[in-house]
Amino acid sequence: MRVTMDVNGRSVSGEVEGRTLLVDFLREGLHLTGTHVGCDTSQCGACTVHVDGLLVKACTMFAAEAEGAAVTTIEGIAAPDGTLSVVQQAFQDHHGLQCGFCTPGMVMAATALLKDNPKPSEAEIRHHLDGNICRCTGYHNIVKAIMAASGQEMPALAAE
Amino acid sequence: MPKDSGIGASSKRREDVRFLTGAGNYTDDINIHGQLHVHFLRADVAHATLNGVDTSAAEGMPGVHRIFTAADFAAVGGLPCGWLITDRHGQPMQEPKHPILAEGKIRHVGEPVAAVVADTLAQARDAAEAIVLDYDVLPAVIDMKAALQDGAGRVHDDLTSNLCYDWGFVEDNKQAVDDAIKGAAHVTTLELVNNRLVANPMEPRVAVGEYNRSDDMHTLHTTSQNPHVIRLLMGAFVLGIPEHKLRVVAPDVGGGFGTKIFHYAEEAFCTFAAKALNRPVKWTSTRSEAFMSDAHGRDHVTKIELALDADNNFVAVRTETLANMGAYLSTFASSVPTWLHGTLMAGNYKTPHIYVNVKAVFTNTVPVDAYRGAGRPEATFQLERVIDKAARELGVDPIKLRRQNFITEFPYATPVAVEYDTGDYVATMDKLEEIADLAGFAARRKESEAKGKLRGLGVNCYIEACGIAPSNLVGQLGARAGLYDAATVRVNATGSISVMVGAHSHGQGHETSFPQVISEMIGIPEDQIDIVHGDTSKIPFGMGTYGSRSLAVCGSAMVRAAEKVINKAKKIAAHLMEASEGDIELKNGRFSVAGTDKSVAWGDVTLAAYVPHNYPLTDIEPGLEETAFYDPANFTYPSGAYACEVELDPETGHVKIERFSAADDFGNIINPMIVSGQVHGGIAQGIGQAMLEGCVYDADGQLLSASYMDYAMPRAEDVPFYTVDHSCQTPCTHNPLGVKGCGEAGAIGSPPSVVNAVLDAINSGSGKKVAHIDMPLTPARVWAAMQ
Repeated sequence: MRVTMDVNGRSVSGEVEGRTLLVDFLREGLHLTGTHVGCDTSQCGACTVHVDGLLVKACTMFAAEAEGAAVTTIEGIAAPDGTLSVVQQAFQDHHGLQCGFCTPGMVMAATALLKDNPKPSEAEIRHHLDGNICRCTGYHNIVKAIMAASGQEMPALAAE
Repeated sequence: MPKDSGIGASSKRREDVRFLTGAGNYTDDINIHGQLHVHFLRADVAHATLNGVDTSAAEGMPGVHRIFTAADFAAVGGLPCGWLITDRHGQPMQEPKHPILAEGKIRHVGEPVAAVVADTLAQARDAAEAIVLDYDVLPAVIDMKAALQDGAGRVHDDLTSNLCYDWGFVEDNKQAVDDAIKGAAHVTTLELVNNRLVANPMEPRVAVGEYNRSDDMHTLHTTSQNPHVIRLLMGAFVLGIPEHKLRVVAPDVGGGFGTKIFHYAEEAFCTFAAKALNRPVKWTSTRSEAFMSDAHGRDHVTKIELALDADNNFVAVRTETLANMGAYLSTFASSVPTWLHGTLMAGNYKTPHIYVNVKAVFTNTVPVDAYRGAGRPEATFQLERVIDKAARELGVDPIKLRRQNFITEFPYATPVAVEYDTGDYVATMDKLEEIADLAGFAARRKESEAKGKLRGLGVNCYIEACGIAPSNLVGQLGARAGLYDAATVRVNATGSISVMVGAHSHGQGHETSFPQVISEMIGIPEDQIDIVHGDTSKIPFGMGTYGSRSLAVCGSAMVRAAEKVINKAKKIAAHLMEASEGDIELKNGRFSVAGTDKSVAWGDVTLAAYVPHNYPLTDIEPGLEETAFYDPANFTYPSGAYACEVELDPETGHVKIERFSAADDFGNIINPMIVSGQVHGGIAQGIGQAMLEGCVYDADGQLLSASYMDYAMPRAEDVPFYTVDHSCQTPCTHNPLGVKGCGEAGAIGSPPSVVNAVLDAINSGSGKKVAHIDMPLTPARVWAAMQ
């Protein structure tokens, strides 16, 4: 079947099977390989994208379900001239990534959080990241980066 | 004032921009025109006689190109093991063949039995469902103790038993150790399990094989920590492809933690099938496949005895360990419980008599190999747990007991064959007491108790051996490879530099930290220097990244190559300025003649090297490019002291990690930001091992924890902010940077303090006496132990 959707501000369409997942359409159909697949069970969050402003795990949604939707992937977060978003820049400034594989999902999750809750507490950040697993950073610098992106002072324990 | 570039600066990571914008190039992002997809039909039972594989119904299914079984690999070697262990009776370890696809027998759930190559992955999967396996199920050999009983079923019929080796270390010291324990004033004994873990890098393994008929060239794109090692093992031992006809590329790799060191069946298969079908062949692991095919980690069962004299001095340590090898020997499996474990049993302490016995056992489980720390976490855990237990039995402060027994003079030759070059265990413990605010613990405990909770404090030390390794030494110990590394410093005509390194970066930030070193040496900006890694067609033969070795070994090679470059550049500069070479100084990217105002810029010299019009061509060659291989003189010995504070709900057994502090000595540090990040990640994995993670097989050998819904890893809410400090620095004395390595410390150092803290909470606050709880410390286990 043919699907049409808006991805990162561009109208795109393509042929998919009924069983084609949104993540596969993005990666294989549109060559947007920044959205990653880390598990088979919607646990890891590496495939997180925004669909009509909602945080969605793209491995849990069929491409056909996104018909007519506005989808934002990690490739659509920085400004067109390449300037990193506040969240992206905070992740670099605070070493919020190491291998980079979970990073697109983390940035999408953090971006959505700050849209809904511009000044989240440490506990709120940690709770919000429940659906995103990082195996490298121990979350310390991810939480720190999100706090910094929201313009908040660091707790003393996050100083290092 | 912190530096803003060069050695010691927290330079921001240049690789981040591509990862943050979705522009990373991971192996699964690679799609080659004409590629086919492979799906492996994997065993669904742990142990069976494989009578036949009927592929007839699947052969003609849509899109199927070919179905492979073991018969197709009759002329191909097995996956090799890189380390021969000689046992305490002088016998070589039992070393069974590890086939690409199961041959005659199924030996673990998840073992690949057949491989379907089709146009699409969905077609390959559909066809695999039509393959009929004819097998007779055998009783599974799962429990290690049972596996060693007379009459136990055999994982390998052609071996004499399930015992891979019975290793004693140091065998000649055994009697002295036995005597010391007999005569000791106090002996503390502890039996414990070091739980089986799965490394779980977030990127699953992927392999894409390619073959080019025009030049008979094979290319493998794979998720590896060490592409040259894969090229050597797969080319020389498995597929018989000479190195010059085999290129292995490991592009961006999404975490490794050890499990991407090893040579796996799937990558050999894709390389083999690409030639057989004359089409690129791609495999991408699902997460469930990863659980059933990535080498697992740890899985030791240990009894340790610590003997003390009447003054609480350690007089002897004796350990007996059963180490699970799984069904086959993975690439470095045999070395982990032996040379990477036994040699660390002195820890930070001057125990005069130590004996380590390890029996490695074959079982019907996924092969077990190195996972972050590899042997050293197992050594640290048992030693630091038994010390805490001894302190409790003797009624002494656990920190005081450790301090009393610290090694304080260096170099120190341990009774387990290694010589620590430097360290200052008193300093790291002092630093820990400060950063962990141990003085404030009593008040925090009162606050917890006021809420009806128990609060515990656990402390431990660790020592590790990194920078593996002096080749001649490990060769004597059975390693079948050298363990040096290599770097090529290629200076371009206009002065920018490409450094080709044998190390591989899969999260460690080499692309940022390695240029800091070169920038410091030459005095040009870091952004004029690029690191090239991960492609055997571009980099010199190096052994890759594991064991916290990248900077200590490959970084040393890079320094040596850069020194050669600088020496040659000084000759050119001397010629340009008509001065004596001995008078040339290089500072901030300029060569000057000592005592004069004459100088030339770095770029003038590099241009002269490549446009040699005014150049001493009779004395030196044009160009500016040098390679160095570096073979370390010793291991490096990072060390530290860690503290964990927990709050325990006695009603439910739920434990919350409230504080975690780490004081490490990594020697000199290139990028403090990256070092802290490495420690954070290691601590989280250690907390994961202590609190959450555990691989579970049932008695039939079914893997019950084969998804992220069943295998619990730390999430953001499970861990606190960590307090880490690496200001205690005793530089390594035998490598040019004085660095020791920091990648594994967190995972090695953290599990004992977590467990010690939980036991402290129970024993100090509840009126209950609990000597030990095996990891992971789930609420159910903690609660049950308290009843």
